[in-house]
Formats: sequence, C-alpha cells, structure tokens
Amino acid sequence: MIRDITLGQYYQTDSVIHRLDPRVKLAGTVLFLIDLFLIQNVWGYLIATAALATVIHLSRVPFGYIIRGLKSIMILLMITVVFNLFLTEGTVIFKVWIIQVTWEGLRTAVFMAWRLIMLIIGTSLMTFTTTPNQLTDGMEKGLRPLKYLKVPVHEVAMMMSIALRFIPILLEETDKIMKAQQARGADFESGNLFDKAKALVPLLVPLFISAFRRANDLALAMEARCYRGGEGRTKMNPLIYSRTDKVAYLLIFAFMAVDIFVGRFF
Amino acid sequence: MKLTQHIKDIIRTDHLQYDYVMRDEEGNEAGFYRALDDVDLQVKQGDFIAILGHNGSGKSTLAKQINGILYPTGGTVWVDGLDTSKEENLWDVRQRAGMVFQNPDNQIISQVVEEDVGFGPENLGVPTEQIWERVEESLRVVGMYEYRKYSPNKLSGGQKQRVSIAGVLAMHPKCIVLDEPTAMLDPSGRKEVIRAVRGLNQVEGITILLITHYMEETVDADHIYVMDQGHIAMEGSPWEVFSRVEELKSLHMTLPQATLLADELKKHGVNLPDGILTIKELLAEIQKQLEE
Amino acid sequence: MLKFEHVNYDYGQGTEMVVHALRDINLEIQDGEFIGLIGHTGSGKSTLVQHMNGLIRATSGQIYLDGKSIYAEGFSMKDLRRKVGLVFQYPEHQLFEVDVLSDVCFGPKNMGLSEDEAKKEAKAALELVGLGEEYYTRSPFELSGGQKRRAAIAGVLAMKPQMLILDEPTAGLDPQGREEILNLVASLREQTGMTVVLISHSMEDVAQYVGRIVVMNHGEIAFDAKPQEVFRHYQELEEMGLAAPQVTYALYGLKNMGLDVDTDLITLEDAADNIAAALQRAKTGQKKDQEKGTAEETVSVEAVSGEMREGKDGL
Repeated sequence: MIRDITLGQYYQTDSVIHRLDPRVKLAGTVLFLIDLFLIQNVWGYLIATAALATVIHLSRVPFGYIIRGLKSIMILLMITVVFNLFLTEGTVIFKVWIIQVTWEGLRTAVFMAWRLIMLIIGTSLMTFTTTPNQLTDGMEKGLRPLKYLKVPVHEVAMMMSIALRFIPILLEETDKIMKAQQARGADFESGNLFDKAKALVPLLVPLFISAFRRANDLALAMEARCYRGGEGRTKMNPLIYSRTDKVAYLLIFAFMAVDIFVGRFF
Repeated sequence: MKLTQHIKDIIRTDHLQYDYVMRDEEGNEAGFYRALDDVDLQVKQGDFIAILGHNGSGKSTLAKQINGILYPTGGTVWVDGLDTSKEENLWDVRQRAGMVFQNPDNQIISQVVEEDVGFGPENLGVPTEQIWERVEESLRVVGMYEYRKYSPNKLSGGQKQRVSIAGVLAMHPKCIVLDEPTAMLDPSGRKEVIRAVRGLNQVEGITILLITHYMEETVDADHIYVMDQGHIAMEGSPWEVFSRVEELKSLHMTLPQATLLADELKKHGVNLPDGILTIKELLAEIQKQLEE
Repeated sequence: MLKFEHVNYDYGQGTEMVVHALRDINLEIQDGEFIGLIGHTGSGKSTLVQHMNGLIRATSGQIYLDGKSIYAEGFSMKDLRRKVGLVFQYPEHQLFEVDVLSDVCFGPKNMGLSEDEAKKEAKAALELVGLGEEYYTRSPFELSGGQKRRAAIAGVLAMKPQMLILDEPTAGLDPQGREEILNLVASLREQTGMTVVLISHSMEDVAQYVGRIVVMNHGEIAFDAKPQEVFRHYQELEEMGLAAPQVTYALYGLKNMGLDVDTDLITLEDAADNIAAALQRAKTGQKKDQEKGTAEETVSVEAVSGEMREGKDGL
C-alpha cells in the first residue's frame, strides 16, 4: 500500500538520539556530510563508519529498517560503482574485450559507494529519530535570525509541517482516484508520452479540487482553534538545550576534528 | 441590563439572520441566499442540545455563527455574554465555544496525536507545563491517551474524531459545537464518538451543541431543535419532538426505527404512549401491557 | 456469472507486517442477483469488489467471469471493467470534465466508442439516474451533492455493465439523500436487469432491497444467506461491530417475552402486523388463562434488554 513507504519515516522508539534537540541533530547531520566530503583515506572512512555505527546503536533503530531505506537508492549506487569501476584510467588489473578494471577505478568505486551509503544512512537517521514536527520546530528556531530579514520563518515551518501531514493522505487519494478512473476504462500506462500526459487530466483535476477543499477545511479548523500566526504562541515542546545536547555538540566537534585530521593527513 | 439577563445562557441568539451573498462571474453582487432566518436559540450552561435538519436546512451555518467563523447579517449572537460580531471578542468567543467538524482528516494539523491536541493551547499562549497537563487530561477524557504517540493516519475515523474533540477540549471551552461529527463514520465509529460526547456533557459538564441528521444520536439530548429552510421548525425535549411523527416526516427526517415501529403499532390499534425512542422503551411498554 | 475460487489477497509481503486482506474467498454471483455486501471498515469488502473488476490481482486463487478465468492469458481487462462496473465511495470526487455530459462520456469513449455513440450511451445513462437534458451542459461542480453522485453513477452506467457494484453509495448523505440513492439503485435494477452488489455498513439500508447478504469480517466471508437468515445471527453480528435492523431486535425481544412473533420479518409494516396480531392472541390467551386460574410467566424486561446492549444508541 502506498501509505507504507518507509524512506525517511520517523521510527517510533525512545533513545538518547530521539531525545536530542532537533537543532543538534540538524547541525550534526550537516557537519557529518561536510566531513564525508573532506576525508580522503581509509582511516578517515573507518572512523566515520565507527561513529555512524555508534549513533545507529544508540538510536535503537533496527539495522534492517535502515537497510530497507537504502533499497530505493540501489540503482543510483550501482550506476556510480559501474561507472567508476570501468571508466577510470590507471593500472590495469584485468581486461576483457574493451572492458578494463583498474586499481584506481576499484578504489574510487569502493570509496564512492561507501560514502554514498553513509550519506544516505546519516541523513535518514535524522528523519528516523526526529518527528517532522520537531524538525520544523528545530528549523524554525534555528533559522530565527532570518526573521529580521523579513523571512516568514514561522509560516514556512508551519506550511512544511502541514504538507508533511497531508502527503500520505493525498497519495492515498491519488491511488483512489486512479482506480476509480481505471474502473471507467482509463489507461495510465500505455501510449506515447502525449497520450500519457493527456491521461493525467482525469487524475489531476479531481486531485487539485480535493486538495483545495482540504486546505479550505483545514484553514477553518485552525482558525476555530484560535490560530493567528506565530505571535503570542507558546510551545508544547520548547527547544531548550539540555546537558546531553551540549555534550553531543562537543562530541560532534571532537569527531569532526579527529576525523578530518586523520582522514586528510595520514 | 440586556447583557446581564443573558449571562445565565452560554449561547443565545436573538432574531439571528444570515445571508450568503451570491456573486456573478465578475464578482458583483447578484443577490443573496438567506441561510438563517429569525433564529432564536437559548442554551443554558451544561445542556446537551441537538440540532437536526436535512442538508441545506441551515444547521451548519448556525454552527459556524457560534464559533465566530461567520457573523450574523441581522440579529445578534452571544456566547457566554460576548457579542460575536464585535471583533475584540473574536478569540474569546472561539476559545469558549470550540468546534469539531465533519471530515476527520481535514481538521488534524499535526502528525502526532498529542501534538495535535496541544495545538489549541499553544495558540492561546498557555505555558508549556500546563499544555502537557491539558493534553493528558483531554486525551484521557475521550479515551485516546494510549494513542498519544500515534500518527493520525494510523487511526480509524472514530478515533480521529475523538482526537479532534480532545483538541478542542484542551482549550478549556465552556461549550463545544459538533458539526455532523459522525456523518463520515461507520456505525461503530459513530457509537464511539457519541459516547465520548455524552461523557463530555455528563462528566465534564460541558455544554454540547450536536448538529446531526441522525435522529438516533439525539435521544439523550436535553433539548432538540429541528431546522428547516433556515428557521427553527420544531423544538422541545426529545420526547416532545419525537411524538410528532407526521410533522417530522414532512421535514424529511428519518425517525428512529423504534419510534416508527411504535407508530405503526398504534395504527394497528395497539395502545402505546407517544414519544417512544428506543426498542428498550417499546419492549418495556408492551411488557407492561402484558402484565395488566 | 462471477465466481471466486479460493481467492486470497495479502499485501505488505516482504515486510514484517503482512496483512491478509482476503482469506480463502469462495463466492458465486448469479446473473440478476441483488446482493448486499456488509462489513465494518477494514473488513475487506472494498478489497473484495476491486478483485471483481481486476483492479486488484489476487495473490492466489481464481476468479471466473461467465466461466472464463480473468487471469487467463488474452483475457481483456478492459472488457472486464466494462462488464463489471464499479462505483467507488464518494464517486463525485472523481468528476473532472467541464460539463456533465462529457464526464459521463469518459467511460464509453475509453471503451472505444465513437463520439456520437458515446453521447448516446451517456444520455441514456443520465436519463436512468434522473438527470435530464437541462444538466448536460452544466459543470459537474455546480450540482448539489446528491446530483453529483448521480452523475458519477451515470458515468459507470454509460458503459452498459452487466453487473454494477456500488461501494457505500449513501456515505455522507442525509436521510433523504440516502433514500433517494437506494431507490434509484433498486429502480435501475428493475429497468435493466443488471446484477447489483451494494456495499454498506448498514443492515437497515440494504435489508429491504436485497435478496442475499454477504457479511465480511477480518477478510473472510462470515455469512452468506438470505437477509432473514443472516439476521438470526444478530448477536454474532454485533460482535463484528455490525448490528441487525432494529426491527429484528424488537421481534427477538418480544419473542423472549413469550409472544408468538415471526422473528424473520424485515419491514416495519410486516413486523407491526405480526406483533399486533400476536399481542391480540396473547391477551385473549391471558384471559383464558386467568379464567383457568393458572399463573402466567413473564420474562423480565431487564433480561431482554440486556441482550440488546447498545439498543439505546440505536446505531
């Protein structure tokens, strides 16, 4: 069922990582990504992997669940590996017909795949352990300085969180309308590009109408519950750094420093 | 003086009138449609009021008047003594008269049940600790506390409506208006919601305005209004209203099967009192006759 | 004739949460039958009917239309969907064209009919649902709720199906609208002789129309019989989150009091006739008993009403 897509979906459990301030997790993820692009040797990768493994362990998200999220990028991963493996110049290991594999190619392919996998796991770990609401809260507070540049930070955060709430609902609705039109003989699969585009009209019109109706209802429901923008609003989960958060920041910076040092100069 | 005499009434409308303005394609006024006409409503604190009517009878328009989503175009609405047409009263009115809507999906804002329930108190500026107290208390009242960490998408229709009710409850309203909360639910969902609503009224003492087209849901009400073409066509206790079978039929209301069966039996010469609402009452009456 | 043989449907395979949406369904629907398909939300009734026109493919088992397997090679799904028309829940949400007539033409055109032929079928279908010529050029979005739903039903009827399935056609309508749609379905069947499957979660809605009721529970067929036979299991129905019509409760309640009533009756009128007559008999009987001086036995009301736990909700 379309509702059961798991890529990047919050995994409900209680762990140290789940309890961290979303700002720490956001900053941590960004720093981890930067780190991945700065390190160059196998020691750097090993330290990063060890760090990631520790965080996965602490997060209590089952490894299988994380791996399932990787499936969707398998093709991308394969293409990267194949390209690097066969198209890099250098010392030839073996050669069959016009296909050759070089030491350099092998090395780049392995590092590329390694880096990509860590990149995906690192970012999805953030979404596995942070509810979209916490995430938007974190962004709202983290980006608060932008308010002085007249960026409507609160409104954007609210829109994001509502959009996230309605994505599964609209996906399901798309599925339903598609089936209803198929029951009337609509064909969404065959034909050329033009035919396919034309076949989307009976799908998109009802979908838009429904989305507008929902938006209208929701706006009414929000107003009825006294919503009037970010002004004067209190927070159910106000973001205050705890001791753990401060320790986490320290650990992240320490990891960065060590990893980049080892990863570049050893 | 006028204000003090209304204070006992949590909701009062006086010659309430509402016109929808119809516009032509250029956006000019092309006439109006009178959705509410001379509606007088008096609701005492703690009452359970049911408003019945077929689609287009004006009952939903009336509901929106009480929450300040619409303002009267004629007459006045007071909620807890506050005139809803005065702009400075708007947020107080909305806090005191909460509202639950028909579509369970389109009124839940957050992706976690407890966060949704906290949405109203957050808007009111309630301090954080108290928000959590209110959320817990409200979810317990509607029996959804075990689901506090769930995503609304994983709940049934009836459960979603109970979450919405908790969301309103957490704003500590004096009165809750429910606009056809069961219209999109299956029978067990309807039962769940009506049971929760009854609990709010009897245990928490909250005034209830239940808008519905299912007569069965109104048998426990203190007072029933039946709307037709924008005005109140009938009113009274359930017993009084349900006794007028022919009149209700002419207003396109579907009576409870028990009432219809009792009516049919009376036509067959069985001696039964008016206003039988449930099968239980019907059986008790027949039992009495057998014992005589 | 449509036949299900050991049909199973699971989803979520390969994850830790495999859901058995349908389990070993065996079902035969004869031409011209009028069937009520009942079950609470999530009982598998919607999944079942989507198998009937091939929108969902069974995980295992066979489905035959007029003796031919719909999963056989070369079987045309397009043909199946034309013959088995499925009207979804809230069908008005699928309307998309600029006017009513073009929207109803969508199905016939997909079936390969020419513009003129499609229009002819569409007009005939609109007439069947009671939408006259004045509606042809109106935008479907301007119509009232009930009219929209009729237009959407016409969209399926225009394909001239031999079997019509309606998934909760009364959902979200007020009592008057409900009755109108149900009467419409009954009259459609009379006029065209189609097989009709009506999905509902309300026994009361279908009881007086259909000749057979199929009750779904947890992906299985719990009951498949004539309405009165199904209602005899009112206690089991209640455990499934369903309820028999109120009339059934009344009749069983009276029977438990010792009255000689026919518990199989469905319509209010029949029940009232029967109860009135039984009361009459009981009273004359009582007089005779009193003359004889025998003590009569009455079951207490409490014992009876206990059986109808939620009788007061009347839902």
